[in-house]
Formats: sequence, structure tokens, C-alpha cells
Amino acid sequence: MKLARDTWLIFQRQFQLLMRNPVWVFVGVFQPVMYLLLFAPLLKPALNAPTQAAAYKIFVPGLLVLLAIFGGLFQGFGLIAELRAGVIERSRVTPVSRLALLLGRSLRDVVSLIVQAVIITLLALAFDLRVFIGDLLLAYLMLALIALMTSAVSYGVALKVKSEDALAPLMNTVAQPVLLLSGILLPLTFAPGWLQGVAEWNPFSWAVDGTRALFAGDLGNDKVWQGLTIIAVLAAAGVFWAARQFARSVR
Amino acid sequence: MIETRALRKSFRSRAGRQTKTVDAVRGVNLQVAEGEIFGFLGPNGAGKTTTLRMLATLIEPDGGEATIAGADLRKDPAEVRRRIGYVAQGGSTWDESTAREELVLHARMYGIGKADAHRRAARALDAFQLTEYADRKCKTYSGGQRRRVEIALGIIHEPKIVFLDEPTTGLDPQSRAHMWDEIRRLRTEGMTVFITTHYLDEADALCDRIAIMDHGEVVAEGTPAELKREISGDVVLVGLDLDTTPQAAQLLDGEEYVTKLETIDEGGVRLHVEEGATAIPQLLRRLDAAGLALTSIELHRPSLDDVFLTKTGRSLRES
Repeated sequence: MKLARDTWLIFQRQFQLLMRNPVWVFVGVFQPVMYLLLFAPLLKPALNAPTQAAAYKIFVPGLLVLLAIFGGLFQGFGLIAELRAGVIERSRVTPVSRLALLLGRSLRDVVSLIVQAVIITLLALAFDLRVFIGDLLLAYLMLALIALMTSAVSYGVALKVKSEDALAPLMNTVAQPVLLLSGILLPLTFAPGWLQGVAEWNPFSWAVDGTRALFAGDLGNDKVWQGLTIIAVLAAAGVFWAARQFARSVR
Repeated sequence: MIETRALRKSFRSRAGRQTKTVDAVRGVNLQVAEGEIFGFLGPNGAGKTTTLRMLATLIEPDGGEATIAGADLRKDPAEVRRRIGYVAQGGSTWDESTAREELVLHARMYGIGKADAHRRAARALDAFQLTEYADRKCKTYSGGQRRRVEIALGIIHEPKIVFLDEPTTGLDPQSRAHMWDEIRRLRTEGMTVFITTHYLDEADALCDRIAIMDHGEVVAEGTPAELKREISGDVVLVGLDLDTTPQAAQLLDGEEYVTKLETIDEGGVRLHVEEGATAIPQLLRRLDAAGLALTSIELHRPSLDDVFLTKTGRSLRES
């Protein structure tokens, strides 16, 4: 129970600091909102969708996954600032759980992602998107797992490289191909065979497919449980690895 | 309270393709008694911080053993953490938090309950005269205030030992004097305090015992007075008129308490003596009996810098 208590402690602290400057939640949501407003209208003709709502059912899930990936991957920057301030070292001399140092932070990121996802969903509802609440909650679970994984990995990498200058290009280099290979902006059904073959190996592509199936109300689709399982396993691995970085010597 | 045996740590650094091993700490043996202020004196890069970070469980030693407040560093670091406090050199507070928030959080990271943590925070704020600023963000604090918050953090869980890494570096003279008082207060409260410093006067004035460290090794250990006594004794400068100098020199040269005598060109003699306090009355009587009037008398006790110089061949001020 020490883990739960410590995680809650770190989460509270991080959340309190986030609330002191909630503008960041909205800065984070700005880009996807722009996509929703300025890019999505192109999709109905481009995708040959019957209605705008049908186009949103394809696009919004991808957009949310994109938000979860990027929102998580760039959390490491905040941690580098904390490292520099000595906050991490100060935590590490206490008996506080190392896993909690990570989880408390990552859960804060998950919560802030879900808030952003709700904002986007509400906006999309205004554009006639319709989705069952149960399916939507499962989709949010998928997003939460993605954010948990990417933020944990970002923290782990931040502790390893210890500098913003190294973290930024590293994360961009990872994020770019992951983004393009996951069919986030356009479904990979349009892709040539070789590209689809490569994308098969991208776990986020599975996540996007699963989330799209949920938004389509296709709960029984194999892609749903496959996507959830793949992401859950990776999230667990990411958390495990990143927690070890917290336990190791860092300055 | 602290006992280390042959504690070592080396780091590998990479320059291009070559990896170089730097022995930061090479076999440190220390004994720190309960309730003392123990100081680690040495130039930057001597291995003080590395040793401290090992003792505070932040980095793992490559070899050697240590017992800290009764807990074994290698076998039970978790227990060591519970019993010690540590205040890093470069600060440990978050700009956007207040002192009170930091103190409560830190107490709670030690497993202390919420209500108790708030009580302890209030008490610490009061003790460190921070109550006035307690609910302002840390970024608004002065260097001295921030340092006090950090020390308060280090002892919020009432550890048996607190490690302070260069607690007064970067503070103005007034804040420094204030910090010394705070550190002495910790000792009065029964805490063992382990500080590192590269200030000679700080080691001298504040510490009950010191270890001088250079190139990863302890080169001398003892009370400041002991260490200074070990080298050469005291120097007495006797100012005399130019014409009476030769007579005085002749007179004093035969005295048993004078180990070495030099005349000063401007008039007067420089005497190396075992102990200034006993030599001065004797030589005054001698000169007085001979009817020689002196113009001045000065006693120079050896400083810790002289100790450092003797042990390492360098002056601490230069390194």
C-alpha cells in the first residue's frame, strides 16, 4: 500500500502544480483543435466519406491517439527542469517508492490527456460525431495507456540524457515515423502493400485501428482487444523500464 | 555514528573513443561520533561530494563498507535513508512551490502522515525564521532564505545525521554567519552534522572535527586545533628597534622554547615556538630583564591552510 500512497502523494503534488498553471492543458489542446477545425473538413471529399460525421469517425480517433503520443513523449522536458532544480535528487534520498516517483507523474499526464481528449470529443460532437459512451470509455482507456507508456518512456529517456538539447531531437526522431506509420492522419488502407507491411510492426498503428473500431461502434472487432493488449503490455514495459531509471543514480 | 572502511568510487568518462577511469574516491576511512559537526575540507574535485552522495545512498560505492546510524549502507540502503537527511549543494526546491508545500511534501515522502507533516512544517518554518515567507513561491526567496528552506527539508523527519553539501557556498557573509548558527543549533538538538566545505574559516570555526580530503583520499583527520598543532607550532613576531635587534636575537636564541629564530630586516625577530601561549610570557620577561623595549608583538597560529600545505604540497587557496 506504500506504493499507492506514495503514488497518490506525487500525483497530488504534480497535479497541484499543473493546476497552478492550467494554461498548459489548453496549449496542448490547441494543435489538435486546429486540425479538427482546419484539416478535418478536407476529409469528407478526400476519404470519399458519405457524410462529414463519417469522416470524423475516422479522423477523430487518430487525432486523439496523436494527442496521447505527443502529449506523453514531451513530458520529459518538465522532468529535466526538476532534475536541474535538485527535486529528483531530493526525492531519491527519501524512502519514497521509485515507482511512485514515476507513476505519480505519469498519472498526472494521463489525467491531463483525458481532459484534453474530452475537450476534443465535445468539439467533435458539435460536428455531428456520434459515439456510444461505453465504446468511448474504452477508447479513453486506450488513450490513457498510450499516454502512460509514452510519458514513462519520455521520463526514462530524460533521466538518461539529462538535457533538453538531446531530448528534443530524440523524441522528434521517434515521433515522426511513429506518427506517419500509424495511419493517424489518413487510414493506412490507402497505403501501398510495403507500407502496410511496415506499419504492422508499429504498435500505435494497432492502437489507432482499435480506437477507430471503437468509434465506429464495432466493439466486437478483434482490433479492439488486440490494440488494447499490445498497448497495455508496452505500457507495463515502459513503466518498468522508466521506474528503474528513477531507482538508478541520477543527478 | 558513521563508520566507513575503504570506501571507493571511480567514474568512467569518455573523451572521443577513449574511456578514462577517474578514481574519484580511493579508499576513505572515517569515523564520525554522535553529536559532532564533522567537516570535510578540500578543494573542488577532491571527492567530497562523491563520498557524501555515497553515504546518502545516492550512488553505489564500487567497494568498501559503511555503517550509518547503525544501518549498513550496502545491505540496507532503505534503512539508511530513513535515518539520515541530505541537503545537496545545488539546491532542491522548486520555483513554483512554497516553502510550506515543499516541507509538507518532503515530510510525507518519509511516510509521515498529513496532519503531522503540517505540524512539522510549521515548526521548521518557525525554527528557521521562515514563517513570514512560508506561503510565497520559492522563486521569490533570497539565496539565504532558500538555503534555510533546504536545510529545513533535510531535517524535517528528525534524522540522526544530516549531510550538508557546501551549505554556505554562494551566501553573503551575513547569511553565512546565520547559517553557522543554524548548523550549531542542529548539534544542540542532538543531531550529528556532516558538512563539506572548501572554506578554511568555516571548517575551523564550525567543525568539531575535520577530515582534509585531496585527490580522493583523506590526508589528515582530527580537531582543527590538533591538526594545526601537528605542524610546526606557532610563530611569534617581536617588533624591536633596529639597534636593539641584534642584542635581543642573541638573548633569545639560547632559550629552550625557541626552535628557530630569524631576524627581520626592518627590526625585530621572528620566533618559531612550540606553543605561543607559554613562550610569550617567558620571552617578555627575558627582554624586560635586559631592558629591551619592544614596539609590537604578534602571535601567528598555523592555519588549516598551513596544514593543507604540509599534507599536499599545495595551498588550498590556490587549488
